[in-house]
Amino acid sequence: MSKSLYAKRKSGRAFDEVRPLRAEVGVVPSADGSAIFESGTTHAIAVVRGPRTLHPQHMQNPRAGILRVSYGMMPFSVEDRIRPGPSRRSEEISKVTEWALSCVVDLSEFPNTVVDVFIQIPQADAGTRVAGINAAAMALAHAGIPMKEMVSAIGVGKLDKTLVVDLDKHEDSEYKDGEGSTDIPMAFTSRSGRICLLQLDGKISIDEFKEVVKMGREACKKVLEVQSSALKGIGSKEKKRGKK
Amino acid sequence: MKMDKEESRQMVVPGETVVSGSGYLPGEGTYRDGEDVVAERYGISNIFEKHVRVVPVSGAYYPRRGNTIIGTIIDITFNGWLIDFGGAQNAFLPVAEVPRYINRNELREYLDFGEAVVVKVWDVKSRGTDVSMKMRGFGKIEGGQIINVGPNKVPRIIGKEGSMVKLIRGATGCDITVGQNGKVWIYGKDIEGEITTRKIIEFIVENATIYGLTEKVEEYIKELGLEVKSGGYGGMDDVEVIDQNTDGEDDE
Repeated sequence: MSKSLYAKRKSGRAFDEVRPLRAEVGVVPSADGSAIFESGTTHAIAVVRGPRTLHPQHMQNPRAGILRVSYGMMPFSVEDRIRPGPSRRSEEISKVTEWALSCVVDLSEFPNTVVDVFIQIPQADAGTRVAGINAAAMALAHAGIPMKEMVSAIGVGKLDKTLVVDLDKHEDSEYKDGEGSTDIPMAFTSRSGRICLLQLDGKISIDEFKEVVKMGREACKKVLEVQSSALKGIGSKEKKRGKK
Repeated sequence: MKMDKEESRQMVVPGETVVSGSGYLPGEGTYRDGEDVVAERYGISNIFEKHVRVVPVSGAYYPRRGNTIIGTIIDITFNGWLIDFGGAQNAFLPVAEVPRYINRNELREYLDFGEAVVVKVWDVKSRGTDVSMKMRGFGKIEGGQIINVGPNKVPRIIGKEGSMVKLIRGATGCDITVGQNGKVWIYGKDIEGEITTRKIIEFIVENATIYGLTEKVEEYIKELGLEVKSGGYGGMDDVEVIDQNTDGEDDE
């Protein structure tokens, strides 16, 4: 195997090292559940409202409640302004996030209702969809929604021939040398370790792909640790509930 | 088997094993996965005589049969009232569940839009919640004030077997009715008493997570220049009794 052109990360991290992670729940006191998840300078805020009556009525499911996710980037989240409102990209991310979280939430107790999850990205430095999923999983737990397990997500990529965990913006979209950059966001459930999100845009060999999934699984353990300790640390510093 | 009380409680996240062993019984907020009893909700796990449950510490209110709730009238139909109590769906109060005769054409005469009521949850169905007013202690709210504390603070305000409610009533002479949906109705002889009661309840809400809350509240009551005495004046005693039965702090 020839040597990869990407021998050292610009950020100085090890190839399997995630960015500094930070998480907090209860950041939006008026919501039923909320959380912020930060990976380096990528920040994601998730807010959960519900279960509440779903309108229009024809969308109601009498067997179980439904989950509705809306993802969006704030106009100032990147250097060029992002046009606010739905886009092809944000619709796609909303949908895959919804599927990823549907694996674990159990809304059979709340028929005809909807649980709304709102994800906003105040600042972006690649890996926003995985940060959004991490924040959303925490916000759902914080909202007291029944969940079989947690969900943790991470992006793993291939830069030229090197496999790298938790890409930043430079690695994700500016690196063009050799084979270029491939980004593979993935999400795992915390208990059974099932994959509930796996996207791939680019080229990768089967052996490398298996290695990527393995690295992602390892990194997600660190993500889960951060999520759990943020949830458990709430007791002492929970903010006063907003009065509606 | 005797277990230390502090030891059997811990914060858990969904998917976390609360306890391992086939002898344990998975209760509310938990499920069984092989040998393990696993948390299905985020909250505080509680093991009592092999019965495992997870009590949520945050999130929305889910009505249960027997709960006392406080809500406002948002709609009037031909045979009853729709009540908003902050849950997933509105509650329905049929005319037949009101303890007096009401002319069906004059529902507004009895309960009008925006008026507040204390009602009991009678049935929880997929389409909504049915409530009743037919027992003592339930009915229309006239006078006093309603404050919102959130459903997760309710057990602390009620206290063990209603001890906190009794403490506050003893000190201020105000009646308080706690709805499990996180709304508290304070009713006293004068506004000053109500304001003091409200201050005490807000103090409980702010310090809901600490141990030995009762002593702290007693201190706070003394700080406000009031006396701590057990009991209080009678009035709507039975409302608190209902609360105790359905959701006290340590109701196991």
